Amino acid sequence: MPFALETAPHPETLKRVAIEPVSRVEGHGKVTLLLDDNNHVQQVRLHITEFRGFEKFIEGRPYWEVPVMVQRLCGICPVSHHLAASKAMDMIVGATLTPTAEKIRRLMHYGQMLQSHALHFFHLSSPDLLFGFDSPVAQRNIVGVIAAHPEIAKKGVFLRKYGQEIIRMTAGKRVHGTGSLPGGVNKSLTAEERATLQKDIYQMIAWSRDAVQLIKGLFAQNLDYYNSFGRFSAHSMGLVRADGAMDLYHGGLRARRADGSTLFDHFDYSRYWDVIAEDVKSWSYMKFPYLCPIGSSDTGWYRVGPLTRVTQCDFIPTPLADKERDEFMAFDNGSATGATLGYHWARMIEMLHAAEVIKDLLHDDDICGKDLMATGQRQERGVGVIEAPRGTLIHHYRVDENDQIVRANLIVSTTHNNQAMNEAIRVVAKQYLDGRELTEGLLNHIEVAIRCFDPCLSCATHALGKMPLEIELIDADGMTLDLLTRDAHGHCQRL
Amino acid sequence: MSEANTFLLDDIEIPFTPGQSVMQAALSAGVFIPHLCYHPEFRPHGSCKLCTVKINGRPATSCTTPAAAGLEVESNTPEILDKRRTLVQMLLVEGNHFCPSCEKSGHCKLQALGYELGVMTPRFNLLYPTRPVDASHPDVMLDFNRCILCELCIRASTEVDQKFVFALSGRGIKKHLVVNAESGRLADTNFAPTDKAAQVCPVGVILPKRKGFAVPIGERRFDVAPISAHVDEFKPVAAAQGERT
Repeated sequence: MPFALETAPHPETLKRVAIEPVSRVEGHGKVTLLLDDNNHVQQVRLHITEFRGFEKFIEGRPYWEVPVMVQRLCGICPVSHHLAASKAMDMIVGATLTPTAEKIRRLMHYGQMLQSHALHFFHLSSPDLLFGFDSPVAQRNIVGVIAAHPEIAKKGVFLRKYGQEIIRMTAGKRVHGTGSLPGGVNKSLTAEERATLQKDIYQMIAWSRDAVQLIKGLFAQNLDYYNSFGRFSAHSMGLVRADGAMDLYHGGLRARRADGSTLFDHFDYSRYWDVIAEDVKSWSYMKFPYLCPIGSSDTGWYRVGPLTRVTQCDFIPTPLADKERDEFMAFDNGSATGATLGYHWARMIEMLHAAEVIKDLLHDDDICGKDLMATGQRQERGVGVIEAPRGTLIHHYRVDENDQIVRANLIVSTTHNNQAMNEAIRVVAKQYLDGRELTEGLLNHIEVAIRCFDPCLSCATHALGKMPLEIELIDADGMTLDLLTRDAHGHCQRL
Repeated sequence: MSEANTFLLDDIEIPFTPGQSVMQAALSAGVFIPHLCYHPEFRPHGSCKLCTVKINGRPATSCTTPAAAGLEVESNTPEILDKRRTLVQMLLVEGNHFCPSCEKSGHCKLQALGYELGVMTPRFNLLYPTRPVDASHPDVMLDFNRCILCELCIRASTEVDQKFVFALSGRGIKKHLVVNAESGRLADTNFAPTDKAAQVCPVGVILPKRKGFAVPIGERRFDVAPISAHVDEFKPVAAAQGERT
């Protein structure tokens, strides 16, 4: 059963508006709107227009190469892919990490969380939040923020720089390093590196607190608008620690239904396919995952990411972020916990948490340890799951006896949010665009809804060989002369 | 050493001992000449052409040309550097050299020469040859995608290991490295990871398994210093002195 506004009954009679490319997000995507003569919205779709194919071309490659290769999926959060693949390969080599290896990986990961969240909030989304969604487009960008709010912009730039420095010191490079290996890491921190990072961490915590106050203030000033913008109800999923705490590096899967009841908890992610399945549609390279205990992709779709993580966990195991979480959960009787713009607030709470975790790790002597690698009993299959900045990231590999990859499946954060993003933009289209003469400012509302999810579209395209296709032959009058379809199993049919 | 046993290399006087090549004399004197198929422990081969210099105005491979008194050799000139850059660019497009995910990055002589010579673009169309990986051996992997046909593994396997594991097959652009076994698989040879042939590959073809990326970025061979600063590692050893094809 198609979703409301997913497919118009007679698209040939409608006029088409395209937002292409969607700006201030990672990767390439577009939104198409089909409108009738009275500008009523009849169809809205977020299309992912690029194709990557990593799962296919890593076949045959040696498993120890994979953590370095697959991170090239992304230039913003390559650490997530680097670590998720490494965790899968830890299973392949049967290793339990040494304390130093695990803490260095965590430091790398939380450094990335800090830089990615700072990038998203300050560089990409703050122009909308500070100037207004339909403010002049010439101002609505990071240059405009630097001009009008230089102190805010400066904090964003330096927070990101600090996170990037952590990545450089743990992975060797700010982008696409090689620090994490199957079974461990190839370096720990030197005393000098540790001292350098310790010097600035308290400033980073202070600036992260400022960022939480900023978005909290925006919510309070525009309560109804922020709560209602693109609001929809959805199931949710993410990792939590064994004691229910937020843990962005490791844990079990927790899913809640839209009504807040628990669907599963502390589920062992190494058998994720028992609870997550993937559907495909003809108009996007991005798959549509769903929670199979609920049913199909029509009913089982869900959302992941900061909003889910902050609301699903029982507590945040660092004091400042936990206090902010309490405030977020209680704000206006919990209304922000279901708001699409609540993603930004939750994201800043996570950024504060990341800064606190980094501080704790920098005061742990293990991060300068020398015991970096572990080995164990070789396995055939490995699954690595991590909470990436944008949500749950799943890497799954099978390796043959010659150490070559024979199968790979990646379910990327943005892919989990595929239906949720489509739902958000359909709600926004109905709320703000329906029946009105479209302007750039109105169309930006659609992009604002997408940006809440901080999507990485380039990471998210994995419908290799399975995407159903439709080819239509249409005459000059718009009449369909021929229609050729290929379903998800590769069967072609002429209708 | 008599004073007569010198030649000029880019206006620097280079001493030599009889039997040395121009390359060997230059390296002995601490002057780097770019090369890929030359290895101090093996007889010179003259196939990669990276070491081409002008000797008395005429192009010649410095690894195969005997040093002689009074030669005037040009090496570090814009014309010759441009030709070397072109050769590296051709090698980079002929195979599948994906440095970002290659475990030999930072240790690879081809990559290091790319940096040394200022290769900024592929320049030529990438050929994307289909070259499957041979991971059949339990301890060593062969990634033929990166082979530059220097024949160092062939020479090492033949001359040192006495195993004849590797050979070249095909002609012209179709020339490629093969494994000397009926199946064509390394696992079906008597190759061992301790063989000399396992140690000499200048690029990322012959790789010990499960060791990749162990050295952090910043500490890899050519992170520490550019290839031209590693000249001491390429100085001739006694066994190869005076042996030329």
